[in-house]
Amino acid sequence: MDWGSVISTTIAAFLTLAIFSFLYKDNPFYKFAEHLVVGVTAGYWVVIFYYTVVMPNIIERLQQGKWWYVIPLCLGILMWTRLVPKWTWISRYPLALYLGVATGAAIPLEMKAKVVEHLNGSVALVTYMHSPQATTGGIINNVIILLGLVAALIYFFFSKEHKGAIGLIAKVGIVVLMVGFGASFGFTVMARVSLLIDRFQFLVFTWLNAASWLPWYYWYTHN
Amino acid sequence: MKRQLPLILLFLFGAFMVFQYFVPHESSEFFYEFVALDWPPIIGVFALSLGIISLIRMSAKRVRTRTPDWGYSVVTLAGLASMIVAGLPWFGGQESPVYKWEFQYIMQSILPTMFALLSFFIASAAYRAFRARSAVASVLLVSAFIVMIRFFPMGPLSIPAASTASWLLNVPNLAAKRAITIGVGLGIVSTALKVVLGIERSYLGRD
Repeated sequence: MDWGSVISTTIAAFLTLAIFSFLYKDNPFYKFAEHLVVGVTAGYWVVIFYYTVVMPNIIERLQQGKWWYVIPLCLGILMWTRLVPKWTWISRYPLALYLGVATGAAIPLEMKAKVVEHLNGSVALVTYMHSPQATTGGIINNVIILLGLVAALIYFFFSKEHKGAIGLIAKVGIVVLMVGFGASFGFTVMARVSLLIDRFQFLVFTWLNAASWLPWYYWYTHN
Repeated sequence: MKRQLPLILLFLFGAFMVFQYFVPHESSEFFYEFVALDWPPIIGVFALSLGIISLIRMSAKRVRTRTPDWGYSVVTLAGLASMIVAGLPWFGGQESPVYKWEFQYIMQSILPTMFALLSFFIASAAYRAFRARSAVASVLLVSAFIVMIRFFPMGPLSIPAASTASWLLNVPNLAAKRAITIGVGLGIVSTALKVVLGIERSYLGRD
């Protein structure tokens, strides 16, 4: 490893330890790393947007003689009037166009992707039962999915009081939702722990190069 | 002029976007590709630039007025400036060594560590959340526990643990996620309708 890499890795290790120091309490090292990453990340996204949006959508198109792209460019520049309190109202025009397109597109697309397709997938049980690949286990699972979905949806239905049969189904809905929340929580915990393991591996094996001086690790990797 | 015209403009664009989805005519598709696909990213990037300008203004103000801990704002501004300058086409753009170095040794060190740090806080949150005070809380506890142990090396128990976790994720979890997704979808559609019809106007701000 050359000196450049040693210094760079040491800086990365220092920043990693600076963030971990927050476990003790808020301190200047943590604040330094926190403020540094805010600036660097903002700069990173500026560069990314320059090369993925500004360059291909504005500069290159205007260079190709597509002058009508001046219109969205001017609308975009109007967004900056938000910075001057007296002229803030002008930024409503580009915002209205942006929101109009985004919300108008979202109505049919979200309805299809998030509602119709999921309902379609849930009632696919009937098709599945008549398919040659259908198994008893598969049919039972599909029935559980359908009943679980109905129960969870009834739990979210507040127009009728949760009493009697509705109350009972809503209780089953809570159980189904809790299984989902538990699974999501388990997933999140495991993802965070994986990152933690990665950072410790970086500190121990990349920065301290423990593989070269820990006898048990040398033995483990060579046997 | 200040409020009514943006509302009319939003309604026209919103209504057109809904209309063109159901009427795939040549002219509507042309307008869709021209205005809906090309213009919003350009306007959006200027909206994002407002965030960067705001960050610069706020940090510069802290430095200028020497508020407590103003030195950290210098660090933020230095990080921002160095990354933007290094990313400029004249300095090599995204292939510039400084840009790549800052990404590899600063961003890739700090950001994953911040997320890793959450595993400690999530552990304390789990203790509070998982205390099996009721049958429903126990269901959450068992479900999370099964998902967490599915990759653990447990000898002969590894296969049943993995298959139970897999069933849990693919069957009851799927039903719950579908119910939540359908709810979210209906929420998005109703909010979008409120915006298009001018019922929801908070984005206009105050005069």
